[in-house]
Amino acid sequence: MDSSAADSKPLIDVKNISFNYGPVEVLKDVTFTISSGDFLAIIGPNGSGKTTLIKIILGLMKPSHGEARILGKPVEEFEDWSKVGYVPQKATHIDPLFPASIKEVVAMELLASRRFLRMKKREEEVSIEKALKQVNMERFKNWRIGSLSGGQQQRVFIARAIVNQPHILFLDEPTTGVDTETQEHFYDMLDSLNKEEGITIVMITHDIGIVNKHVNQVACLNQKLVYHGSHEEFCQSQAFKDMLAGGHHLVSHRH
Amino acid sequence: MDAFFVYGFLQRALFAGIFVAVSCALLGVFLILRRDSMIGHGLAHITFAGVALGLFLKIVPLGVALVIAVAAALGIMKLKEKAGLYGDTAIAIFSSMGLAVGIVLATLAQSFNVDLFGYLFGDILAIETSEVWLSIALAAVVVFIVILHYHRFMYMTFDREAAKVSGIKVGRLDVLITVLTAVTVVLGMKVVGILLVSALVVIPAAAGLQLASNFKQAIILSSLIAVISVLFGLFLAYYFDFPASGTIVILSFLIFSFFFILKRFRRIH
Repeated sequence: MDSSAADSKPLIDVKNISFNYGPVEVLKDVTFTISSGDFLAIIGPNGSGKTTLIKIILGLMKPSHGEARILGKPVEEFEDWSKVGYVPQKATHIDPLFPASIKEVVAMELLASRRFLRMKKREEEVSIEKALKQVNMERFKNWRIGSLSGGQQQRVFIARAIVNQPHILFLDEPTTGVDTETQEHFYDMLDSLNKEEGITIVMITHDIGIVNKHVNQVACLNQKLVYHGSHEEFCQSQAFKDMLAGGHHLVSHRH
Repeated sequence: MDAFFVYGFLQRALFAGIFVAVSCALLGVFLILRRDSMIGHGLAHITFAGVALGLFLKIVPLGVALVIAVAAALGIMKLKEKAGLYGDTAIAIFSSMGLAVGIVLATLAQSFNVDLFGYLFGDILAIETSEVWLSIALAAVVVFIVILHYHRFMYMTFDREAAKVSGIKVGRLDVLITVLTAVTVVLGMKVVGILLVSALVVIPAAAGLQLASNFKQAIILSSLIAVISVLFGLFLAYYFDFPASGTIVILSFLIFSFFFILKRFRRIH
């Protein structure tokens, strides 16, 4: 019965995932796939399980039920992590005093899987420069990470996530705390990564406004997967109307 | 300075001291940034039990201390992870137990003597040739492993979740850092003694971190400060007849204070 699904070879395959946190049901029987080239927005109210879902897909958390596959392999067995980029939820996890330059932050990802004999120094430099250029941060390469603004740090973390030229990039609320104008540039940048570099993008967001302009797939989560499909259909869907009718805070959510 | 070239014991002390200083400083940088700077202090107290056990059983105290320290370090890690104890609580419990067991064993062995005091307060000027080679070999292994995993250690210290997603086996490397710390504490014990070894792990690294604007600088500065403290500490100790351990630690503290003030001063102006 899986033969047709196997033929289309989804990048990510989420099957019947449930997650309970004690008695609280965070995710309930979520099933969907992400195909190569998608720009998918995962939306849903606070506590709807968006971050948990991504963490399960990335193997950072274990589901109570179900299975996530990356490039056809169960996530526990997946090893080719240079094909996956990840930008975690911002601010909470970074030590502002950490003594790392922008260049070093990007190098961490580039050299994480390297054995003792590294690639040539020159090649390293080129890869790092290229990634920083893509997010328009190459001028800052010798700055300390903690000395940058929130939006600039986010760009650096994206450079870090794409330095290995991944097939798929996960972002968890990347524009939280970033001003509106910068956000626009930010989404344009993601657009070009998606369209020009062919990187599949999966982004958790509160900001439904951007969904219209940039993404081509929407997954609406509220414990269960309420909607998954193209963004055009999403705008006609009951899920979207419900969300608007509810005056839901996710329509325009600013921190 | 002549004496340092003439007397074997001084050369040995210097040689071992430099190697141990570098491995202490290297690990110190990671431990401080992992918010784990008290682990050295805790392990040192546990090492005391190991030394006392060695004296009691009349087998090489350094070897017994090494085994006990590594086992305790892993125990602390597991307690922290699995049993839901706060990290510093686990350290507090283990370190007091180490000290308690050490006191009982040392009394039973009737070894509250020069030997034991040597371990407590450091006896680098009395270090034996075999211990010098052991120290150098172990310190070299520590330095080699840190260089080998430099980017991975840095990544998991900076951003643990992203490090995991990049494929770094953070659990395994946690164990590695813990074991290296235990080995380093035992080595440091020969230089500055059980009571001061955590200073050698923490203070030069803390001093280096005051001024560093990137990670490489932090690593290099910290190692340099540790080496300078040990070199000049030994030098002063020999010429003014100070205890070597205390002198080394006070010197590293003075360097730390200088950098600390310098940094505040720079920020104001």
